[in-house]
Amino acid sequence: METTQEVGFKHNLKEFLDHFSDNKGAVFGLGLVMGFITLAILAPIIAPHSASEVFPGQLRLPPFWAEGGSMKFLLGTDDLGRDTFSRLIWGAQISLFVGVSIVFLSTLIGTALGLISGYFGGKVDIVIMRFIDILMAYPSILLAIIVVAVIGPGMVNAIIAVAIVGVPSFTRLIRANVLELKERQFVMAAKTFGASPWRIMLKEILPNCTAVLIVQTTLGLSEGILSTAALGFLGLGVQAPTPEWGIMLSDARPYIESSPWLVTLPGLCILAVVLGLNLFGDGLRDALDPKLKR
Amino acid sequence: MRSSALKFLKEKLIQLIPTLVGISLFSFFIIRMIPGDPVMLMLGERGSDPKVYQEMTRSLGLDKPVLEQYGIYMKNAVQGDFGRSIVSKRPVTDEFFARFPATLELGVCAMIFAILIGIPAGVYAAVHRNSIPDYILMGGSLVGYSMPIFWWGLILIIIFSVNLGITPVSGRLSVMFDVPTITGFMLIDSLSPQVLADEGLAPFFSAIRHLILPTIAMGTIPLAVVARMTRSSVLEVLRAPYVQTAKAKGQSFNKVVWKHAFRNALIPIVTVIGLLFGSIITGAILTETIFSWPGIGKWLVASIHARDYPVIQGGILFIASMVIMINFLVDIIYSYVNPKIR
Repeated sequence: METTQEVGFKHNLKEFLDHFSDNKGAVFGLGLVMGFITLAILAPIIAPHSASEVFPGQLRLPPFWAEGGSMKFLLGTDDLGRDTFSRLIWGAQISLFVGVSIVFLSTLIGTALGLISGYFGGKVDIVIMRFIDILMAYPSILLAIIVVAVIGPGMVNAIIAVAIVGVPSFTRLIRANVLELKERQFVMAAKTFGASPWRIMLKEILPNCTAVLIVQTTLGLSEGILSTAALGFLGLGVQAPTPEWGIMLSDARPYIESSPWLVTLPGLCILAVVLGLNLFGDGLRDALDPKLKR
Repeated sequence: MRSSALKFLKEKLIQLIPTLVGISLFSFFIIRMIPGDPVMLMLGERGSDPKVYQEMTRSLGLDKPVLEQYGIYMKNAVQGDFGRSIVSKRPVTDEFFARFPATLELGVCAMIFAILIGIPAGVYAAVHRNSIPDYILMGGSLVGYSMPIFWWGLILIIIFSVNLGITPVSGRLSVMFDVPTITGFMLIDSLSPQVLADEGLAPFFSAIRHLILPTIAMGTIPLAVVARMTRSSVLEVLRAPYVQTAKAKGQSFNKVVWKHAFRNALIPIVTVIGLLFGSIITGAILTETIFSWPGIGKWLVASIHARDYPVIQGGILFIASMVIMINFLVDIIYSYVNPKIR
């Protein structure tokens, strides 16, 4: 026997899946994201070479389809003679790790601040929101650069810097939802039964924010990956010789005329992943938001 | 109605002040957290002499308590004195205003590019909803929105400079020309009577050619945002009863779209454009680095690499205050055109 709740959930899920699969862009985005995750996880199996293996005398070879290219190095080699195809695949792993860490941190901090700010209101709310306003006054990349200047470059520090930049959007989103939800009957009922504020926040309010959180997490992931690549490009993020896409781009800049593929390929990877996440996130939002349903 | 407008303005102003104070505190203290010793950086070798070191520390006021330093800094800042750059020894204010026109010129061009293409594209997509051009335009705008602009700039260089050879790779003007700075805006200065008399229109065209690629690189994300916003806002208005009425009255399709629908769709579009000006700085940091554009963005990145403390401090304070002021103005304008939100 199914309870009515289970039936309701199944109905909602089916409706959601119908909506989502109707959206061709979203499905395409999901495909890109799945491809990216698969590459990242299976990097040790798929990548023909290691990311740091140097092939002396095989510098800046073109991709296999161009003249002088070979099947041994599908997408050619870089200025040190490392296999570009392998480095791009290992780069997917770095980007996935960095992106997920960033989103995890900003979701955690941003959501906590948003819950507290919205639920308690008053002075707490004023202090937190003014702090968020201050963070938002600094253009995203600039704020990340300043934080990196303080704590130093490197992968972990880049993650912290970009995560801080991502906090405000989570806080504002959750706060707006909390303000609406805390007036609802089920929250009132929990209060009447004497549930503690923390219990109400975590057990009653937070689960009702899941939908918006999932959407924001997807979009946050794309922003995180993009910002980390930008930091890497400016020399302030992940450091060489890590096969991070942003660094691969900036390393290839001197060869922009002679070996344009070295510049083109890492950027295409960044674009594909960010585009996939944005398409997927947009599709999720449309399918989850009842107000936008056609 | 008037009193509610004033109340709204007052509330917004009251919110503005603690934020501005907060920004000044944040900018001041975060600089002090950057590792390294500014005095040693300024003195170089001479800093190894403790006497010289102490004298410099005293003359910079760095021996005073931090809060007092903050007070002095803000007192001077209000009077327009943000200290001197360690690298160039020039006042930070002079350095900022020497570079700001370059960033502003590029930013304005990028916004014009975004608006001139984005609005017609958005209106077209809305009017031809669910047609193939609509899919192409909206697909394209999502690609634009996801664009890593530091890569996009390089791709533009590969296509237009390396392969086609029609645009320069960096800077604001060909080294062949000498344009004296009057306003700081190259497009204006290159048309000054003196330049026109000496060198004709060539410097002006050189300035335009230098602007093309950075404008496209910096304008791509705003273009995508404007196109998407225009489309959804025109779509909404097209469904409104008064537009249906205008259609029913037999007015021409173009008149319905441009006179009735578009005018009313402008409010959210203008808001988005206002908010985009804040994100121009983010674009400037990356675009200026790629195209060696001598503006604020490149200057800040270089200062951070060089640990030029007074410049970083003044620069981020300027920028953050500017973003806050622009957002404040957008809020006010928005509430003026749309009284519902007050």
